[in-house]
Amino acid sequence: MDVVVYGVINSVSLALVALGFALVYGISRLPNFAHGALYVTTGFITWSFLKSLGLNYVISGVLALIITGLVGAGIYRAILIRIRGMAISEIIASYAIGLAILEGFRYWGFKGMTYTLPTFTKKTFILLDVPVDGHRVLVVVLGAFVMFLLWAFTHYTKVGLALRGMAQDERAAMMLGIDSDLMALLAMGLGSALAGISALFLLPLGNIVVEKGYDVLIQALAVCIVGGLGSWAGAILAAFIIGFAQVVSTAYLGAKFQMVVSLIAILTVLILKPSGLFGRQKELEERV
Amino acid sequence: MNQKEKRKERLDRGIKVRCDGIYALMSLREMAYLALPRLILIVGLMVAPFWITQEYWQRVLTVACVYALLAVGFDFLAHYVGLVSLGGAFFVGVGGYVSAVLNTSLGLHPLLSIPLATIISSVICTVLLLPCLPLRGVYFAIATLLYPLLAGRIIEALNILGGTDGIRGVEGIPGHYTPIYIAIISGLLFMFGLRRLVNEDIGLVLRAVKDNDQSVRASGINVTRYKALGVFLCALGGCFAGASLVHIYMWAGISLFALDFSILPIAATVVGGAYTLVGPFLGCLILVPASEFLREFGTLRIVFYSFILLAFIVLKSEGLFNFAQRKYHQFERWVEV
Repeated sequence: MDVVVYGVINSVSLALVALGFALVYGISRLPNFAHGALYVTTGFITWSFLKSLGLNYVISGVLALIITGLVGAGIYRAILIRIRGMAISEIIASYAIGLAILEGFRYWGFKGMTYTLPTFTKKTFILLDVPVDGHRVLVVVLGAFVMFLLWAFTHYTKVGLALRGMAQDERAAMMLGIDSDLMALLAMGLGSALAGISALFLLPLGNIVVEKGYDVLIQALAVCIVGGLGSWAGAILAAFIIGFAQVVSTAYLGAKFQMVVSLIAILTVLILKPSGLFGRQKELEERV
Repeated sequence: MNQKEKRKERLDRGIKVRCDGIYALMSLREMAYLALPRLILIVGLMVAPFWITQEYWQRVLTVACVYALLAVGFDFLAHYVGLVSLGGAFFVGVGGYVSAVLNTSLGLHPLLSIPLATIISSVICTVLLLPCLPLRGVYFAIATLLYPLLAGRIIEALNILGGTDGIRGVEGIPGHYTPIYIAIISGLLFMFGLRRLVNEDIGLVLRAVKDNDQSVRASGINVTRYKALGVFLCALGGCFAGASLVHIYMWAGISLFALDFSILPIAATVVGGAYTLVGPFLGCLILVPASEFLREFGTLRIVFYSFILLAFIVLKSEGLFNFAQRKYHQFERWVEV
């Protein structure tokens, strides 16, 4: 039962982490390698508001989300827009931005074990005979709620529909009067805010450390590749596959194998079916 | 519209045109025009170890040349074969571990274990990368990015090859100047060798693979085989770099698979100028000492680094060498349109 309960929790966390990355890539075909950096940024901003300025937890979290979203949009507007379409330059540039942010935090003293956010609740629940702390349960509930909100947003609002239009066919969307640069900017802002949301949910479970930025990036990449780059449904399914695989391997092989399992999952999927489980097969674009 | 628009016109210098063919041999001036840039690099590097007296900076020069091997290999693979590999660290790690094992377990002399390890581990790398070769573009890039990560984690998880402690007691290269010259000479040989190679027939096929692999396939040429050859050549440089690093540091560990070995060569290629093979070499000679100068800033140097990289990608994507080459071969003037 441990495996089931913690598998679900782990899977939802992974899906949350990957959602922002999948959104940005799906809409503007931009692999945002600064995703992990934005994740950590939200954590540190929230911490600063909470501890240094003494603001309310909710207010500081919301402010941090807004700032992270603006930072993401700013990164796109200032730098990434100039190199859009050149896949390798996009990867190098966004990775360099992420590196600059993360190492900048490290330099300005955000390192070590001193930075933690309080959990949302101190209660403990018993689920299927397994004791689970309330925060993890809340993460699953809120995570599902965020995913539902995102789904509703992209299906029932004008902006959301425009974003999906961009994701399906950018040129056709432009012909129908959708400003593709503006939409990409929005997507980047939204994706950054999503990275921030996952940070707000997941960071209270551990310390805020710079290294998390790199781990989060790898996890997001793993989920998105296994699920198929650009496919949101695939990303959620993949999150469950990898999430359970990680929990099972931790339970039976040891914690060290957790990362090995997800890396092997990505490599296998990349080699066998590069567009992922749910990606549209574009044989000519991805392999010879 | 009475505002006159101007446009920059670029023309080849007369001497460049005269040097194009066999006529370059007509006068010393023409020969010097062709040979000087190359000679400055070669002679400069050969003299440098004696000119730099501090041992610390000699070591920096060695490491710069080792990185240059990686960077030139990256440029070759990315811009002549069309495989953008983000996994330079994988070559370094495999080469380093193989060399360390050869040295500590079989007791081979470093001067024997380095070349042997280079060849063995290049074959290993090529075979391991074979399944990825059909992949294109971003997919290949991400797959190769994962290789060194996975290798490091596997060594850590299975606790093989010394686990997190690494392999200690690797023999150093004897002699004070030997490691420096090994690095310099191998770097130069690798770069000039690849430059020669890409202008041969095989280079033509490789470039065709990059530009349009379907047409290469239609000509009855096995694309994967040529890609494998390209990876093997790149791996030769990378594995040699790893093998010599292990003997320079006298230690092999998981840090050989660190991201640095993948990132710095790419940065050097961006700064130095892609598609030239010399550019990445120069890029390394600039970036590695620069990062040593910045060492006192701690991790802030990575921030500087990233900004330099960003500035080059966004503002001057041709890189330094392409820029310098253009200035050397052509003159520019403003003409009214």
